[in-house]
Amino acid sequence: MPEMSSLELLLTAVIALVALATVFGVILGYAAVTFKVEGNPLVDQIDALLPQTQCGQCGHPGCRPYAQAIVDGEAINKCPPGGQATIDALASLLGVPAPELDAEHGEEAEVKSVAYIREDECIGCTKCIQACPVDAILGAAKLMHTVIVDECTGCDLCVEPCPVDCIDMLEIPQTLADWHWQAPQTPAQRFASENASGTTISNTDANLIATDRGPDHSKDHSKDHSKDRAA
Amino acid sequence: MQEFALILVSSILVNNFVLAQFLGLCPFMGVSNKLETAIGMASATTFVMTLAAISSYLVNSWILQPLGLEYLKTIAFILVIAVVVQFTRMFIEKTSPLLYRVLGVFLPLITTNCAVLGVALQNTAKNRTFFEASLYGFGAALGFSLVLILFSALRERLSVADVPQPFQGAAISMITAGLMSLAFMGFAGLV
Repeated sequence: MPEMSSLELLLTAVIALVALATVFGVILGYAAVTFKVEGNPLVDQIDALLPQTQCGQCGHPGCRPYAQAIVDGEAINKCPPGGQATIDALASLLGVPAPELDAEHGEEAEVKSVAYIREDECIGCTKCIQACPVDAILGAAKLMHTVIVDECTGCDLCVEPCPVDCIDMLEIPQTLADWHWQAPQTPAQRFASENASGTTISNTDANLIATDRGPDHSKDHSKDHSKDRAA
Repeated sequence: MQEFALILVSSILVNNFVLAQFLGLCPFMGVSNKLETAIGMASATTFVMTLAAISSYLVNSWILQPLGLEYLKTIAFILVIAVVVQFTRMFIEKTSPLLYRVLGVFLPLITTNCAVLGVALQNTAKNRTFFEASLYGFGAALGFSLVLILFSALRERLSVADVPQPFQGAAISMITAGLMSLAFMGFAGLV
């Protein structure tokens, strides 16, 4: 090759790199088309509605597998921790009528509960540790176990395997200390819930409103209010 | 045949990228907390490293050398590695969604693994043939995987060990890595 001027050298380098990058770009573009994954966004949406207790009471190893199963056509009423609220949300998302909770898979807990191990009775068998779907039980073989309250989802899967029955499900009553205002919804959320879950929630709301302010009572109410103001 | 066995032994044990040449230390420290993720990272890195060694050799001998552009090899190899990693990511996402979920963020991070670039640069610096270069890339990746998996198993044990307060956490990991490196120095006279 004859002696190249510096300009030619520069041009060769630039052209070579640009050509290289273009070829790679074409390869990647081709790969993006060939290996395109048709991810099912519905699975993610359903998974987001499930309570993420990973308890397995639905017969699946966790919430995401159950979400996948729902997409594949399984019934939506198999989630006791989520209860009727979850079933309603799922029904409105999928556009199907909301069934009752399937009693075969467990009953909905009225109050949120948490597992408690009576530690002096625990023999350290580790059976509850293996049963816990969220790793909320701490302990080792032949040593006392205990429950990490913040991690416990209250699914009561650990009660069954305990050979000495030293696990209680304690209810957590709501106190002033842990009561919160419901978080305000963003306009987008409100729009979504009005459009999506309108069938169940707004119907009940409408019933409440109807019974509260029936046509007969409307005058009485207004009178009461005017009396209050006058007083 | 004996020559290839020597290349493998040399790249896996004697010139181990992590413990003898101190390349690729970031994933070595970062992804070694759990054995499971370490195995995933090791397999992904093995795949990428072998592929990157092969493709960077091709780019070097077909494009850079004929045009007299060897001084561009660093930037060209970075380009090659980025493309290989991205390609691997798409491939894994399609073929094994489970592995894709396990690897997660670590897969793109292979781009910045200096051991991958190190293999490509050493191959050109030592004028290896195509077969030697790809075998060296594969061997280096195996060595990286071996050390990463060993180290993560050690760290799983360490996390339940009774470590004195000042040495807890990253400190004891660094000391362990140093001891492992010392042990691997023992292979120095093997080849």
